[in-house]
Amino acid sequence: MRIPCPICGERDSREFTYKGAAVAMQRPDPDAGAAAWDDYLHLRDNPAGETRELWYHGAGCTGWLVVTRNTLTHRILAAGLASELAR
Amino acid sequence: MGYSAWQIIREGLTGNRGWKPVWRDPAPKSEYDIVIIGGGGHGLSTAHYLAREHGLTNVAVLEKGYIGGGNVGRNTTIVRANYFLPGNSEFYSHSLKLWEGLEQDLNYNVMMSQRGIINLFHSDGQRDAFARRGNAMINQGDDAELLDPAAVRRLLPILNFDNPRFPIYGGLLHRRGGTARHDAVAWGFARSADRQGVDLIQNCEVTGIDIENGRVTGVQTTRGAIRAKKVGIVVAGRSGQVAAMAGMRLPIESHVLQAFVTEGLKPCIDHVISFGMGHFYISQSDKGGLVFGGDLDFYASYAQRGNLPMAEHVMEAAMTLMPMIGKAKLLRSWGGIMDMTPDGSPIIDKTGIDGLYLDCGWCYGGFKAVPASGFAFAHLIAQDRPHDTAARFRLDRFRTGAGLMDEEGTGAQHNLH
Repeated sequence: MRIPCPICGERDSREFTYKGAAVAMQRPDPDAGAAAWDDYLHLRDNPAGETRELWYHGAGCTGWLVVTRNTLTHRILAAGLASELAR
Repeated sequence: MGYSAWQIIREGLTGNRGWKPVWRDPAPKSEYDIVIIGGGGHGLSTAHYLAREHGLTNVAVLEKGYIGGGNVGRNTTIVRANYFLPGNSEFYSHSLKLWEGLEQDLNYNVMMSQRGIINLFHSDGQRDAFARRGNAMINQGDDAELLDPAAVRRLLPILNFDNPRFPIYGGLLHRRGGTARHDAVAWGFARSADRQGVDLIQNCEVTGIDIENGRVTGVQTTRGAIRAKKVGIVVAGRSGQVAAMAGMRLPIESHVLQAFVTEGLKPCIDHVISFGMGHFYISQSDKGGLVFGGDLDFYASYAQRGNLPMAEHVMEAAMTLMPMIGKAKLLRSWGGIMDMTPDGSPIIDKTGIDGLYLDCGWCYGGFKAVPASGFAFAHLIAQDRPHDTAARFRLDRFRTGAGLMDEEGTGAQHNLH
């Protein structure tokens, strides 16, 4: 897999560390309750197909990326900086 | 039909034209007492134990592909009971005992080979950890022996003992561990379930789960609707999609795990060996191929194939531990879909829906659990309460934080195991 980093360009996937589903960017309030935190920490859509996930470009710009990827084909459809997408 | 030496010789001399299918290929009935979604190792074993232990035979196993075509037909065939934490410990201990009587129970040769498993360690700290694990195994009633470097050298002279970075300090030997023939396990359970009256329905994909007033009433499939009083989901890597049909989200991410096999070689590896300083484990199949694997690729995947970085990592670990393997030619590799839970331990539990049961989260260790998972899942479905050996495999342990079984001690969140 090659991931198109918005800063560095297309790079080998081994430069990146996988974090998991981009749900990690939607952190609930501390007092949101057990169900919301369970949802955030543990429960996953786990789609067979397109998914949005976080990758860390540790061997490049050290940016956090939101990557849209197909889990059936490993095709990467888009990648953007998490810092910009979170705004 | 028997598999006597006489039968095999006679069939061999007459072009093997006399063999008959060993299980029926029935069309689905419109209603069953119990429908098991998933005809893999765990589903077939569930069906076998529903019939054998609970006398329940009005049961269908729905398989979207063919029997033995999933992970049960593609794995590294290792059987062991060397777990550390309560929950896993008693469960895998039970599983190994079932393995030891499985051929008699099924009347089928699953080529169970208790060749021993040796987990190598490479530092003082790792030795302490394995000594502690060995004590936990002995407390559970299973076997463990701590080997010093000389003892490992006698058993495994082919290893590189003097690697300056990863010297071998010894190994933990689990003699009752070993391998079994994965295909034969699937076929043995399938034949046994079929003979006891269970319908094994292949090429039958579940497309929906019918729920009325909080109670399951049946399933929709590519071969029509099937009503059922109880439904068990045991679909490994596809657990997320099937659970979604019942409106559930699971604490599961599906990842890819790769494994590799070399061309057939003369016998050179007698045990199952695991390297302690890189994710690598290896055994030799009865055909002579060296069967080995490593860690997950560590990204969500349903592609059933991995990428080269992990393949390279596994080969590097192999060359570090046993340089002689560099002479072997790789025959093939494959990638399977692993249903990873946050703590790396499985789930066998009821769901919030009456009559709907869940058996999943086997991560990369489902094969050795095949008998005990089916045994416990059959018990849960038949009796509506968990079997003692699997009572800790609760679905709600992530929400409550109570009873997490993080065997690796890396944390109970996704992508850490």
